[in-house]
Amino acid sequence: MLQYILRRSVGAVVTLFLIGAATFFLFVAAPSDYASLACGKDCSPERLEDIRHALGLDQPIVQQFWEFMSGIVAGRDFPEGDCPAPCLGQSFYYNENVWDLIMDRFPLTLSLTVGGIVFFLTVGLGTGMLAAYRRGTLVDKVATGASMVLSSFQIYFLGPIVLLLLVYSTGWMENPEYVPFTEDPVGWLVGLSIPMIVMSTIFTAQYTRMARSSIIEQLAEEHVRTARAKGMPGKYVFFRYAWRGSMIPIVTILGIDISALLGGGVVTELTFSLQGIGRLAVDGAVNKDLPLTMGVMLVGAFFILLMNILVDIAYAWIDPRVRLS
Amino acid sequence: MTTLTKTEDSPAPTGPESFLSVRDLKVRFSTEDGIVKAVDGLSFDVERGKTLGIVGESGSGKSVTNLTILGLHNPRTTTIEGEIVLDGQELVTAAEKDLERLRGNKMAMIFQDPLTALSPYYTVGRQLSEPFMKHTGASKKEARDRAVQMLEKVGIPQPKTRFDDYPHQFSGGMRQRAMIAMALMCDPDLLIADEPTTALDVTVQAQILDLLKDLQQEFGSAIIFITHDLGVIANMADDLLVMYAGRAVERGSTKEVLGRPSHPYTWGLLSSMPRLDGDINEELTPIPGSPPSLLNPPTGCPFHPRCAYKDQVAGTLCTDSRPPLAPGRAAACHLTAEQKQTIFIDKIQPRLR
Amino acid sequence: MSENLTLPAQQGSTDGAPSTTETLLEVEGLTKHFPIYGGFPIKRKVGAVQAVDGVDLTVGVGESLGLVGESGCGKSTTGRLITRLLEPTGGRITYRGQDITHAKRKQLAPVRSEIQMIFQDPYSSLNPRQTVGSIIKSPMEVNGINPAGGREKKVRELLELVGLNPEHYNRFPHEFSGGQRQRIGVARALALNPKLIVADEPVSALDVSIQAQVINLLQKVQDELGIAFLFIAHDLAVVRHFSQRVAVMYLGKVVEVGDRESIYNRPRHPYTHALLSAVPEVRVDEEEQRERIRLSGDVPSPISPPSGCRFRTRCWKAQDKCATEEPPLVQISGNREGHLTACHFPEDPTTEARDEDVVLDPALKALEDSAGKE
Repeated sequence: MLQYILRRSVGAVVTLFLIGAATFFLFVAAPSDYASLACGKDCSPERLEDIRHALGLDQPIVQQFWEFMSGIVAGRDFPEGDCPAPCLGQSFYYNENVWDLIMDRFPLTLSLTVGGIVFFLTVGLGTGMLAAYRRGTLVDKVATGASMVLSSFQIYFLGPIVLLLLVYSTGWMENPEYVPFTEDPVGWLVGLSIPMIVMSTIFTAQYTRMARSSIIEQLAEEHVRTARAKGMPGKYVFFRYAWRGSMIPIVTILGIDISALLGGGVVTELTFSLQGIGRLAVDGAVNKDLPLTMGVMLVGAFFILLMNILVDIAYAWIDPRVRLS
Repeated sequence: MTTLTKTEDSPAPTGPESFLSVRDLKVRFSTEDGIVKAVDGLSFDVERGKTLGIVGESGSGKSVTNLTILGLHNPRTTTIEGEIVLDGQELVTAAEKDLERLRGNKMAMIFQDPLTALSPYYTVGRQLSEPFMKHTGASKKEARDRAVQMLEKVGIPQPKTRFDDYPHQFSGGMRQRAMIAMALMCDPDLLIADEPTTALDVTVQAQILDLLKDLQQEFGSAIIFITHDLGVIANMADDLLVMYAGRAVERGSTKEVLGRPSHPYTWGLLSSMPRLDGDINEELTPIPGSPPSLLNPPTGCPFHPRCAYKDQVAGTLCTDSRPPLAPGRAAACHLTAEQKQTIFIDKIQPRLR
Repeated sequence: MSENLTLPAQQGSTDGAPSTTETLLEVEGLTKHFPIYGGFPIKRKVGAVQAVDGVDLTVGVGESLGLVGESGCGKSTTGRLITRLLEPTGGRITYRGQDITHAKRKQLAPVRSEIQMIFQDPYSSLNPRQTVGSIIKSPMEVNGINPAGGREKKVRELLELVGLNPEHYNRFPHEFSGGQRQRIGVARALALNPKLIVADEPVSALDVSIQAQVINLLQKVQDELGIAFLFIAHDLAVVRHFSQRVAVMYLGKVVEVGDRESIYNRPRHPYTHALLSAVPEVRVDEEEQRERIRLSGDVPSPISPPSGCRFRTRCWKAQDKCATEEPPLVQISGNREGHLTACHFPEDPTTEARDEDVVLDPALKALEDSAGKE
């Protein structure tokens, strides 16, 4: 297993490099000249040349790429100052260290992700299990119906409605804002509660449906029937035999969702005017800011690869057939 | 029709020796397409320590019957009528809690495919110990000792270490042995084996069949052995019940049913099977057509659309009225005893030898 | 190893019972190893599943050769190698004198139409989105064959031949029962007028009463159209009924081959004895008793098969020689011509009951010993 994780990690580093290369060269290939954008309308060729030089855009592309990638490992020196490893370069647009920019925004994204997961996993899986346990009854029908409706909602639709109800018309709550958890845990929770709940409502609905169908599928498995044929009580069979197998599809989707959330939820951030990684990614792309785009892209890719490995470890933990083969 | 089915259930006596008695059992599933009459008026008895073989093809209701005995059907979609009495206790109306106390304890089941019937997530040892701890209140240690002892009994080498292995680490034959050990953990009085060797290779099948027979000698359990293979059942069962379309069509001792079969379906089964010592130049005689849909079973005798001898029955008896199955050695067929004898001697026997 | 590869090849031409018939298919030393990858830090081949390991077979024109054995013996893989659905690792497949072992797609095309396959599962081997007509027609389309009267007419004839209603041309597979679907599979295999049909467990997914229908159909096809069969099955009674010659496989090797009469009544290889004695039989009169042999355990893994004779780990006659020396597949003295056995210590050629049963299974032995003492 350890060997397997090591091998996967090596593979992940290679993949990250390839993703970096692909992003970089695609970005360069596209008609995206930050220098002329920065230069403005009345741009003399000399001034343009100066800007290009200042940004390092006058160097050969391969060398630019090499400097960027080696900076991640070894750090770089810029006229504006030192950029220690992991150096993702200097943003053209913000004229700031990309790593610092990302680190600045990351706590908000992480907060939304963690808060959301706790909420949608507990409520979503709980409701799903209840619906599966009582399938066919009123409880099941209500849970299934509600989750069907809610999962078809979108954040940009549900978000403004909740804001209107709780903030603008009643004034019960303040506009969402980010307060660092370390400074004020209560303020952190209150400040982010609306985005967390809106975002997780939709996830909750999806996880309810997934948990329900996955458990029902497991309940039809022969080994679950065997457990009943041994005289094991219904609840025991449900929680020991059916539940375990039903986790595999859930873990798979959860891994994808977590990595997507950590890579930044653009829609959530825009809906609630929050400054997270997602906004940074949009800024980078819109402003043709190569280092920023590369940085956000690599961070997102890192989380996807990390979650893939974690999901595989989770499989091994759940299923001995994976662990022992 | 109603009067005819009555004759089937009323006279069969629940003698003191019959340990399990099933009377006029009807099992229906409601599906999207309609109501499936999976079992339709089935009665039989199993004596203590004896083996009853139930033979039938897919869809004959043989597996459903036995899941119903254990109460493992889905209560929301299944309706059950009739009586199942195990050692004086009525099971159809029994509470789930009472059934839980019986399952794995007084009555246990061996399933067809041990790979899917054992949970991949827990060790074989744990799956064996669980029911023993639940039913006898034994400690973990006692359950482990018992499980190791049972694994050894069914011929699993190094049972102490194999106890901690997962089912996928066992070979097919070993898994089925573990399954048998699991069923025998609480020394059940009734063992239901549903096609226990169908998923196995022939040499392994022979080992497992002999093992089951020998273990029955030692444990004294009654066995209901379900199979589609007449060859398998010939060596296993004391009595035989041939099922077709959710009903019993022939009943008797194994020797009687296989030696002098008297239902056209049983004839069909026997003469469609190639034998190791049969005449190779003799063509097999298949049963024409295919098994009926249980959504919409044929009227009268369910076998009549495939029966080669229905012309010998006067009028429309075969299509109109369901032939009763008399108690004891009997076949549910409208042919007269003389007709059956003549057909058997002239047409069937030469093919079987 | 090389020694026993050449031996049967010489005998292939003088092969027992069908010596008068011309050889259609000849297989020599056929081998298929499925590699296993693993290791660290770089994945590499760490072993191989030796699914088929040096198989020699011949099938004569119009003859049915039965291939029996238990799961994992390589019989299905052999079938797939011969139809070239799998690429052989080694050995030679000769069809009508033409070496097709590694023939490319183009070279294989004419042969492909002459060698057809019938699969085990009548449910998954037919495309559910195609009508029966187009399923049966497609081999003709792919091979550009235009029979007289058109393809549709031919399909209708085929449907009739296999006992289906030609009117059902436009129906879909799900409208048919399992037995009928297998008939469709047979009709598809017949569409190109094949000379050889590889039938891989064609009846084992069917109910007993339906099995006989399909077996009779295949027999009719064999008799009337003179098609040769490689009939792969685990059911020994079915194989005996259908095949004039039978090869018994164990762990990737043919351990015994011969005409039906020799294999079923005068088997020499201990494994053949064990296999035959394990067949459950409907017997009511107990006059002539068959021998009772109960092996122990399951078939070993084909990843690391036993050295020498592969059956030795479960054989009651095994001696040191069996571990060191692989027995060649040869004609043992007393055997008929064409009856080849790979065994150092062959059994007597009879299946009658012995003085003492061979019971190797430790659990059975223990139970039977204790029962005997009482």
